[in-house]
Amino acid sequence: MSATLTIAGATVREASRKKLVVALALITVVGIALTGFGFWRLTVLAHQLDRGAPRLDVAELKTVTSQLLIVAMFAFSFVLALSTVFMAAPSIAGELESGVAAAVLTRPIRRVQFLAGKWLGLAVLTAGYVVVASSLEFLVVDLVTGYRPPHPLGFMAFLTGEALVTLTLTTLLSTRMSSVTGGVVALGGFMLAWMGGIAVALGAALNNHGVATVGTLTRMIMPSDGLWRGAVYSLEPAAWIAGILGSGRTQAAANPFFAPSGPPVAYLLWVGVWAVAVFSAASWSFRRREI
Amino acid sequence: MPDASDAAIVTTGLTKTYGSVTAVAGLSMAVPRGEVFGFLGPNGAGKTTAVKLLLGLARPTSGSATVLGARAGDASARRRIGYLPELFRYQVWLTAYEVLVLHCRLARIPTSRTRAEVERALVTVGLAERAHDRVGTFSKGMQQRLGLGVALLGNPEVVFLDEPTSALDPVGRKDVRDIIRNLRDRGMTVFLNSHLLGEVEQVCDRVAVVHHGSVIASGQLDALLSDSGVRVRVDGLGAATGKLQRFGELHRDGDWISVDGVALETVPDLVAEIVALGGRVYAVEPRHQSLEDRFMELLGGES
Ligand SMILES: Nc1ncnc2c1ncn2[C@@H]1O[C@H](COP(=O)(O)OP(=O)(O)OP(=O)(O)O)[C@@H](O)[C@H]1O
Ligand SMILES: [Mg+2]
Repeated sequence: MSATLTIAGATVREASRKKLVVALALITVVGIALTGFGFWRLTVLAHQLDRGAPRLDVAELKTVTSQLLIVAMFAFSFVLALSTVFMAAPSIAGELESGVAAAVLTRPIRRVQFLAGKWLGLAVLTAGYVVVASSLEFLVVDLVTGYRPPHPLGFMAFLTGEALVTLTLTTLLSTRMSSVTGGVVALGGFMLAWMGGIAVALGAALNNHGVATVGTLTRMIMPSDGLWRGAVYSLEPAAWIAGILGSGRTQAAANPFFAPSGPPVAYLLWVGVWAVAVFSAASWSFRRREI
Repeated sequence: MPDASDAAIVTTGLTKTYGSVTAVAGLSMAVPRGEVFGFLGPNGAGKTTAVKLLLGLARPTSGSATVLGARAGDASARRRIGYLPELFRYQVWLTAYEVLVLHCRLARIPTSRTRAEVERALVTVGLAERAHDRVGTFSKGMQQRLGLGVALLGNPEVVFLDEPTSALDPVGRKDVRDIIRNLRDRGMTVFLNSHLLGEVEQVCDRVAVVHHGSVIASGQLDALLSDSGVRVRVDGLGAATGKLQRFGELHRDGDWISVDGVALETVPDLVAEIVALGGRVYAVEPRHQSLEDRFMELLGGES
């Protein structure tokens, strides 16, 4: 087995034995149960008769459900970002502090292998978490309301991409900063990107180029929010998007829970370039690092 | 200095500075294969930094080093070395057994040999009974034993031990001394960082004393320690003591006078002289210089 896979395996095993992961799993299960309960109450309410007719017709219920699902998934994406940062910020820094890195790196293993192993282990965990948790949520929503989002797989792919962007940035910071510092900086970057996303939409809505440019730049530098837009788009029924755009309510574009379109292919390519560049920077930084 | 061609470790002008601090200052030395080499020095002398340079964990500011014929830090050398770091806390979520298995994989020990290799290491360092306990539950000394076990996996040709007994009780220290002697008997080279002089004196074939990053004395232990000296317990000499100076350097310590640099055959002359001067002699002891005395003498001469 190659050294990278050995390190990746050890990283997954480490996570499986940490209370953080157990706690996260519990919170996720509770969150899914609560949203399931909420959706169930919603359908019950919608079908209650108001002057002889249901309060919401089928189309209205679908719109409300899809909106609420987006809000729930937005909360999930925050939990995901936080947990990714908490797992990745100590990935290198913690091993340097404990002396594990000193012992491991005197074995015939290259530093980039150590780094890639750590990244890969965390990436597998993150992707697994996204797939399991969102499948469960979609399943619960489907069972309770009969609603299925239009592109569940696209959603998982975009959300995983967003998490991997955060993971890669945090890994880079971890090669030079202590766990706490790296974690705080990475979360700051994530929040800035989120605000940049709002700036893009706001700039478009207000026809303000300055605001839009700052927002676009933020999205290029830290592409987590750009991918989140793709995730939102995957959850929106086509008819609803058409409705909003047709109504001419351009301000709606400033809503962080609405995306009028998915990210263009060029942007996705850029994200790929970004990831390779940031990982290479991490590798370079770690190779130069004295232990 | 031994011949560099059959040396396990050779350094040439090895230097490492951190900002304005010179941790290692132009270290040039050779450690012969199959010997236990004691690298001695007070706190902050540069011992740990020197080992990190030899392992490629830190980069030299100037100078160079080879380990087993390869540039320090090269993978080909790293395949054949073991390392016990000075300060460490291995993965607390793993058991001792799992830590050792992980290192076997990283050291590319064939899977078929892993089990035997791990079990042997556990027995050697006395952790067999705690093999399946989490490292997080280990005492400091047990963690150090585990670290030693990790360093010995796969029969390395050179092991670097950075203060291997700092957390150990007297029994543990003796165990480690026995382990080190056993390694030497198996032909391993041991690079031992320490400031425990008694320990070094008992196991090392050769020592180098470092201070402020440079070697201030080195060589085989017996050559480094002068054993020509004598201690005399005497009274009634008074001011006449000074007349003994022609035998050697005098140190007074209560009733005891030590005379350094006296050859064995002149000891009877020294005693006769004391008696002639009116001194009453109660005891005469040959004096072997301890490493501690020599160490203090060297450091004293430096600063
Ligand atoms: N990473 C570092 N950054 C800055 N200075 C350092 C660093 N590592 C070591 N030093 C300095 O280099 C000098 C030598 O340190 P080193 O740890 O090698 O000493 P040592 O001989 O191992 O001491 P001890 O017996 O206390 O372990 C010290 O002055 C120390 O402060
Ligand atoms: Mg040290």
